[in-house]
Amino acid sequence: MSYKPVIGLEVHVELKTKSKMFCGCSTDYFGKKPNTHVCPTCFGLPGALPTPNKIAIEWCIKIGLSLNCDIPLFSKFDRKNYFYPDLPKGYQISQYDLPFAHNGFVKLKTDENKTIRIRRVHMEEDTGKLIHGIVNGKKASLIDFNRSGVPLVEIVTEPDFESAEQVNEYLQKLQQIIRYLEVSDADMEKGQMRLEPNISLKKSHPEQREEYRDSSSVIRRPQNDIPTYKVEVKNINSFRFVEKAIHYETERQRKILEGGKTPVQETRGWDEKRQITFSQRIKEQEMDYRYFPEADIPPFRWTKSQISRLRSQIPEMPDKKLKRFNDDYSMSGYYSEILTRERKMAEFFEETVKIGKKYNINAKKIANTIINKKIDANSILPAALVQSIIKQSKKTVVDEEELKNIALEVFRKNPKAVDDYKKGKNQVIGFIIGMMKREIKKPVENNQLKEVIENLLKIQ
Amino acid sequence: MNLNELTISQSLVGLKKKEFSSLELTKACLRQIKNQELKINAFVSITEEKAIEQAKKADLLISKGTNSPLIGVPVSIKDNFCTKNIRTTASSKVLDDFIPPFNATVVKLLEEAGIVMLGKTNLDAWAHGSSTETSDFGSTKNPWNTNFLPGGSSGGAAASVASNETVFAIGSETAGSIRQPASWCGVVGLKPTYGRVSRYGLIAMVSSLDCPGPIAKSVEDCALVLEVLAGKDSLDATTSDRAVPKYSKSLNNSLAGIRIGVSDEYFDGVDEEVNEKIQEAVKILEKLGAKIKKVKLFPPKYAIAVYTILQRSEVSSNLARYDGIRYGKDRSYFGEEAKRRIMLGTYTLSSGYYDQYYNKAQKVRTIIMNDFDKAFKKVDLIVGPTSPSTALPIGSSKNHPMFGEMSDALVEPSTIAGLAGINVPCGFSKQRLPIGLQIFGPQFSEERVLNAAHKYEQTTDWRKYKPSL
Repeated sequence: MSYKPVIGLEVHVELKTKSKMFCGCSTDYFGKKPNTHVCPTCFGLPGALPTPNKIAIEWCIKIGLSLNCDIPLFSKFDRKNYFYPDLPKGYQISQYDLPFAHNGFVKLKTDENKTIRIRRVHMEEDTGKLIHGIVNGKKASLIDFNRSGVPLVEIVTEPDFESAEQVNEYLQKLQQIIRYLEVSDADMEKGQMRLEPNISLKKSHPEQREEYRDSSSVIRRPQNDIPTYKVEVKNINSFRFVEKAIHYETERQRKILEGGKTPVQETRGWDEKRQITFSQRIKEQEMDYRYFPEADIPPFRWTKSQISRLRSQIPEMPDKKLKRFNDDYSMSGYYSEILTRERKMAEFFEETVKIGKKYNINAKKIANTIINKKIDANSILPAALVQSIIKQSKKTVVDEEELKNIALEVFRKNPKAVDDYKKGKNQVIGFIIGMMKREIKKPVENNQLKEVIENLLKIQ
Repeated sequence: MNLNELTISQSLVGLKKKEFSSLELTKACLRQIKNQELKINAFVSITEEKAIEQAKKADLLISKGTNSPLIGVPVSIKDNFCTKNIRTTASSKVLDDFIPPFNATVVKLLEEAGIVMLGKTNLDAWAHGSSTETSDFGSTKNPWNTNFLPGGSSGGAAASVASNETVFAIGSETAGSIRQPASWCGVVGLKPTYGRVSRYGLIAMVSSLDCPGPIAKSVEDCALVLEVLAGKDSLDATTSDRAVPKYSKSLNNSLAGIRIGVSDEYFDGVDEEVNEKIQEAVKILEKLGAKIKKVKLFPPKYAIAVYTILQRSEVSSNLARYDGIRYGKDRSYFGEEAKRRIMLGTYTLSSGYYDQYYNKAQKVRTIIMNDFDKAFKKVDLIVGPTSPSTALPIGSSKNHPMFGEMSDALVEPSTIAGLAGINVPCGFSKQRLPIGLQIFGPQFSEERVLNAAHKYEQTTDWRKYKPSL
């Protein structure tokens, strides 16, 4: 019997809005002194109320739109009730049955026609952070509320992944989209992007059709063979580790299943040092969060024109841009891929092409220069890059035959130098280059001259 | 007449004419507090120093000709409003040591309007109740007869006004907590439309219903206070940005042609004495030109069920933040009533029960709102008794977990529809306990409600009777 992984993914993305989700406190908390970015609202003090951050909600909807989601015209916040020391109100403001976006999809490249369905994209607030340490010689747990109330977007997929590689590709793509939207830096190390895969195994039936479209053209999956358990893995802080954790988990679960048992439904942590997952919390049944509507925030009623206005503000997404680069600049997929990886680079490239046109420099030449010379879009302006390309090309306009003649003339006038060179005094070549340059009176690359000299002297 | 017996409008006139200073007015109130508190227990904290300081400041401003709307007028604040650097307990031992680092918007607006804060008044712990008997700081007594309850949860607020310990008070209502104690203590209590006054800094009981409002000695005073409190607050997303009318300017408008509805459903199980006085009041309104019409309304008993479920659900969530980590006292300090509500609310929100309780309650709430919408197409205002009875004896709420819901039965329907309403005194029982008339209208009809209440009040003499303390 062979098994196939069934993997779903929950990704949390911290938005880089100026202020927090429900108060005016700054979100720039990373590395700051604990409890300095706080107010009655994000402290959850009695009587303090949340007021929603409009920009954060718009960004959440833009993420949804970029993931091909539907945007319901009616939406609301809900309270997710649970006790934890880092949760000052005893509930988290989140979204339950009416998220800002749902029913989206992302197409993968490596697996032909593989589509990952996005179940929902919703908005919530981040929690505080527990710090365990020693205070006055005693073990103590401290709470830093600087992170409390920072806007978080949660992106939940259907359990559509069948391999760690697919998960990795999806994550790369998601991160790229988030960065294109400029709503988060999605830096894993700073906790701006957090991953929680849930993994289980099902029996593999190779003949079974993977998916089909129903009459309304919604992609459906056969419902049988859905595993009866689910293992969630937390504390993964890099894409590499997510792959490793999935590989580890599928092996672990396969062994259990092959022994005729069912893996326990639980939350496991990722141990970076030992490269294994370990049991954190057994979840025999779903936690009851007693969701109910957040009365402190009125529900949202969008108009279609508001949504289309947001849609119009979304920049060209990487997939589209890549295709366009291939078409417009007739470049290889490889070049387009590199140039569209980051929005900043893609825009830099196109700007340079625009300026280059005036000087008859083609896009390929520019792409070549950017990629081969590893040009940093942040450290040079497009116009400056064009100038430097012009300079480069001017240096190489000197005709090779002409150079040869000049070289022979210099040899003739400086026989000692030629002798020295032949005796192995390589450094004399610099002198010869200098003499040639005096004759040429045009900018020319030393390398080109060196080549000419060496070739001539080799023959002699 | 002692200065502490004055209304806001009388105080403002006297202060302006320099007949007395804010310091004298404030000291008169503080003296009355000292004389009456052992009997009444309206206050959890008395902020004498702050009051003196604010009064002196007000006098200075008055002498400079400053014309803030409530300048120099003493007020008591219900102890579920956060007051910066002043202990705020919600009458629960859980918050015994809680000193907020911020002011509720209501407190901020009052301070900007020039008030003098005398102290923080008693309530049922967390505003859970209609008696003040669930307060962890002892029950407040009714100034008309200290063997009786003042009502609640703004019992301390209403008693502080009725006993002339203050010129006016700020209370809060979720379902009856302003109007019912105002009725039992024989004073005026206004419950504005939900969203008319900011809840920021009001310790939440039911976030979807809570509403701050004034308790005062006259309808005009309520209008003056509402002018200060009403309006959009950037810190409360549920506040309305509708324009705030000058409520005090339309108080004397004629009632001619105003259609006032009376619903038989609101007289079910009402004390005969109360019934009589309400009928008399209706006749007076008719004499003032109002057209009295019978209206059929959804029986209030359905509102009790809806209210109970929504309220318990939200309470269980709103009290979750008192988890023993931040406020010094753990959850064992919750009283019986709070524990009962947390348990019931946790149950009604649990998966498998949510649809049966919370969701169903929301649906019935919509039906009740639609019922009022229909009624308000036929009438402009509805009147009835505020409470089915006059004040009940001390101890009545003990062992009656539904005491509050029953004594607030007649204000609950309008509460869950978020309507504007007022209690205005309309007579006394044979035991010399006050009886209250409620007048309520559609959302944002405060102007009309205050107008009708003022005309009624000015036609009658009930406001002139004072408890003999």
